[in-house]
Amino acid sequence: MIVSAIRINVGDYIETAIDWLTNHFAVFFDVVSKIIGGVISGMENAFLFLPFWIVILILGALAWWKAGKGISIFTVIGLLFIYGMGYWTETMQTLALVLASTVLALVAGIPLGIWAAKNRTADKIIRPIMDFMQTMPAFVYLIPAVLFFGLGKVPGAFATVIFAMPPAVRLTRLGILQVPGDIVEASRAFGATRRQLLYKVQLPLATPTILAGVNQTIMMSLSMVVIAAMIAAGGLGGVVLKGITQLKIGLGFEGGIAVVILAIILDRITQAFGSGAGGGAASN
Amino acid sequence: MDNKIEIKDLSLIFGSKKGEAKKLMKEGKSKEEILEKTGCTVAVKNASLEIKPGEVFVIMGLSGSGKSTLLRCLNRLIEPTMGQVFVNGEDITGYDDKQLLGIRRKQMSMVFQHFGLLPHRTVLSNVGFGMEIQGISVEERNKKAMESVEIVGLQGYENMMTSELSGGMQQRVGLARALANDPEVLLMDEAFSALDPLIRSQMQDELLLLQEKVQKTIVFITHDLDEAIKLGERIAIMNNGEIVQIGTAEEILTRPANDYVTSFVENIDRTSIITAGTLMFKQATKARLKHDGPETVMRKMREAGVNVLPVVRTNQTFMGYVYLEDVLKLKKEGKKTIEDALISDVPSVYPDATVGDMLPLIKDSQFQVAVVNEQNHLLGLVTQTSIIIEATGHNEEDINKLIEKANEL
Repeated sequence: MIVSAIRINVGDYIETAIDWLTNHFAVFFDVVSKIIGGVISGMENAFLFLPFWIVILILGALAWWKAGKGISIFTVIGLLFIYGMGYWTETMQTLALVLASTVLALVAGIPLGIWAAKNRTADKIIRPIMDFMQTMPAFVYLIPAVLFFGLGKVPGAFATVIFAMPPAVRLTRLGILQVPGDIVEASRAFGATRRQLLYKVQLPLATPTILAGVNQTIMMSLSMVVIAAMIAAGGLGGVVLKGITQLKIGLGFEGGIAVVILAIILDRITQAFGSGAGGGAASN
Repeated sequence: MDNKIEIKDLSLIFGSKKGEAKKLMKEGKSKEEILEKTGCTVAVKNASLEIKPGEVFVIMGLSGSGKSTLLRCLNRLIEPTMGQVFVNGEDITGYDDKQLLGIRRKQMSMVFQHFGLLPHRTVLSNVGFGMEIQGISVEERNKKAMESVEIVGLQGYENMMTSELSGGMQQRVGLARALANDPEVLLMDEAFSALDPLIRSQMQDELLLLQEKVQKTIVFITHDLDEAIKLGERIAIMNNGEIVQIGTAEEILTRPANDYVTSFVENIDRTSIITAGTLMFKQATKARLKHDGPETVMRKMREAGVNVLPVVRTNQTFMGYVYLEDVLKLKKEGKKTIEDALISDVPSVYPDATVGDMLPLIKDSQFQVAVVNEQNHLLGLVTQTSIIIEATGHNEEDINKLIEKANEL
């Protein structure tokens, strides 16, 4: 048939490309895997080494300091509730994976955002890639992640970073471009170099917007980390997945509720950082 | 080098086909033709001007006239397409990045229409920003910044965030920031245009007072002719990217270079700008108090066709006037000198007296107004008619008719 004759085998090409990458960059993926794995297990060990009530107190204090009394009380009660349900270990695993993925996404995303803000060509290239990364169904990333890194937490983090990075890039770019032109011009007129302009003017003024991006990245990481349970990333996602596969409705909801509690805590605390940054970032 | 800043044949073209536009411009094509053929906008065309050290030089024009663009060529915030900019005799258009930073940091500071302050920093930290960029230590820059804050009268506010201040105060911060670097040149881009009229006027006065103290070279951009006249020792008027006239306020008001400038200066209150020095005519014929007898004075009057003459002592010192009728009387009485006919209780002014200053003098006096220098030497005379012309904007014919009517009444 004529239709089958003009079929474009995009899938084949991507498979070939992924195969080629897997074969030729095995050492590279190995090193990356060791680093990411180290970061994740380091965080996980730290959270689990501390007694649960110390972790709860620390998070409660952080919430009190930044987001106020109400959020602080919610944090303490919510975490105690999770502990009571018996998912403390899984929650800490998920938290570690979320934080590690977020850090990686920011380390890559913020500089990319700065670059996109400063360079029009870079912006033209980066923008469609970000669109692609953000709109591609999240499950799809799991496949190359497994091919590159096997099963476990590292491919989970890899897929999460790809899915969660775009808001960090976009909002960093936006924050820098939103700095009023007259302030940028004044800084140049006083002899600021490009670097001074970035560090003393643009980044401080873009901080609230960048922190909004950080908040988005964390929330997207959390949603992806649950999905990443499908490739054995563990944590709360594992609990939910078990609920689905074994049709245990109670188990599924218990895991789900724990994710919701964690999400609210992370969201409120990071949002508070963002809104407090306007006047708080004074430097001298 | 006499000039602090010299701009020579500077042109600035925006657009992608600059090369072609440049060629067309050299062929003498107009802005419109260049825009049509290449899509390039000529923002500034063949501008040349010279600014002396310690001068307040105002570049005036409406929006889109290219004045702010021209100003930005002085510290190369915008790169000129053609032409040169000399600062202290050195062509800065050829400067590399490092030299350029030097110019911006040490020699020229800028004040902006919308202030351009960092909202997340205190007043003191904003004022010290220029020094911070130069890597000057916190102690030193805070000390200098504080001095600068005091100069603009903001002491007590130094630890406030700039976003908490009113517009006028924010612009004081902007001015303090510019002064803190101790630059030779201040570039002020519509610095007071965003302020309320009252605050604006106050800031203008303060800038003039400040200029007496600091003696910087100031290049001031404005769209407001009143402001230009108040601040500028010399004014350049720009229209459509070209400088149409450069001169003192008075030169521009009395001898506008073209219709554009004329239309601009029409609505200006001339009484506070036009001076006696401009209006006076030099009276060659004078009566000398000790030497000229009534006979001589009468002959001089006849020759000059007047019935009143200013009287001077031999050393040109202005004494007063004599009238024909009084001189005639003296002649009949057989007097040898004109001393008895001298009317000495008459007004005299220095050349910088304005029409506004002279108006009250003519109100109840039928004399011309004598213009004298500091030694009281007679420089010239201003007629009542010319004062009234300047004050009312009527021409001579109108005035004469008015006077006739008044006499009939």
